[in-house]
Amino acid sequence: MNNEWPLWEVFIRGQHGMSHRHVGSLHAPDAEMAIKNARDVYTRRNEGVSIWVVEAANIAASSPSQKGPLYEPSESKVYRHPTFFDIPDDVGAM
Amino acid sequence: MTHDEALLQFLLRMGDNTLILGHRVSEWCGHAPVLEEDIALANTALDLIGQTQLWLGLAADVQGDGKTADDMAFLRDAWDFRNVLLVEMPNGDFGQTLMRQFLFDAWHSIMLGRLITSSDPRVAEIAEKASKEVAYHLERSGDTVVGLADGTEESHARMQAALDYLYPYVGEMFLSDATDAEMVAAGIAPDPAGLRDEYDALVGRIVDTATLTLPDGRFTHKGGRDGRMHTEHLGHLLTQMQWLQRAYPGASW
Repeated sequence: MNNEWPLWEVFIRGQHGMSHRHVGSLHAPDAEMAIKNARDVYTRRNEGVSIWVVEAANIAASSPSQKGPLYEPSESKVYRHPTFFDIPDDVGAM
Repeated sequence: MTHDEALLQFLLRMGDNTLILGHRVSEWCGHAPVLEEDIALANTALDLIGQTQLWLGLAADVQGDGKTADDMAFLRDAWDFRNVLLVEMPNGDFGQTLMRQFLFDAWHSIMLGRLITSSDPRVAEIAEKASKEVAYHLERSGDTVVGLADGTEESHARMQAALDYLYPYVGEMFLSDATDAEMVAAGIAPDPAGLRDEYDALVGRIVDTATLTLPDGRFTHKGGRDGRMHTEHLGHLLTQMQWLQRAYPGASW
């Protein structure tokens, strides 16, 4: 019998952040306790205003061994970066 | 008893409860069954010690002899402490610690809810700040009590044993004396006896959900909040908590 609690990945939205960011992982018996544990482990220095947790087993990830076929083809395609346009100063930061 | 004497007693009761329980909980630091619980317990302990600084700081002001919250915490002896016996009880196993925490948190949250409307703005301000922390303590300890009690056969048995062991210390939180009468008259704090119904409803709900059985008797150990007779455990706790100031008087960071 496996006595370990499942692993949860924790995502926190900061005070001024627009999106949740992955901050780490922890163990917990269920989602509710995972949120409580995340509150205690990852927000004790006022880091966030919202917490998401997702059981690590539910995350599908790309395989590191596929790095070449997946990512290298885009390395040589600089024209995909929209850096060849002149942007008027009035537009401000893009 | 003058008004200030009663106010001082009341503040010591509040501050000594949080100080002694905060120290007890801090004893788990580095020893909890899992890292997540270790950090959560340390957070709770730190919240309680933070609240202690406010209560005992105000107590020192009311005493008016130039002492500080640190003096109150580290330079008084066992018979000067006014915490209820419940908070000085030993940690036991993790379940007993969480049961003690829950039984105290339930009272603490109800008490602080009343103190927010205290006629003394200094008391109301401390209660306002502390009540947010304590709302979380209660949620966490309540959930953990349910989780453990409604868990395995062994965890259920341990939680029932913890409840049976600690319940005879609950009644002291609802005793009233001349100090309380003075606080009620001044509009500073509620009569503890008047909090019991709300407490019983709250604790009863969690105990039912947890599939535990509340002991029948209402017998209560007492002698902490009036300083008449603490348990043997308080002295041992103080030898740990106060040893540095005792060994190196005046030492500071």
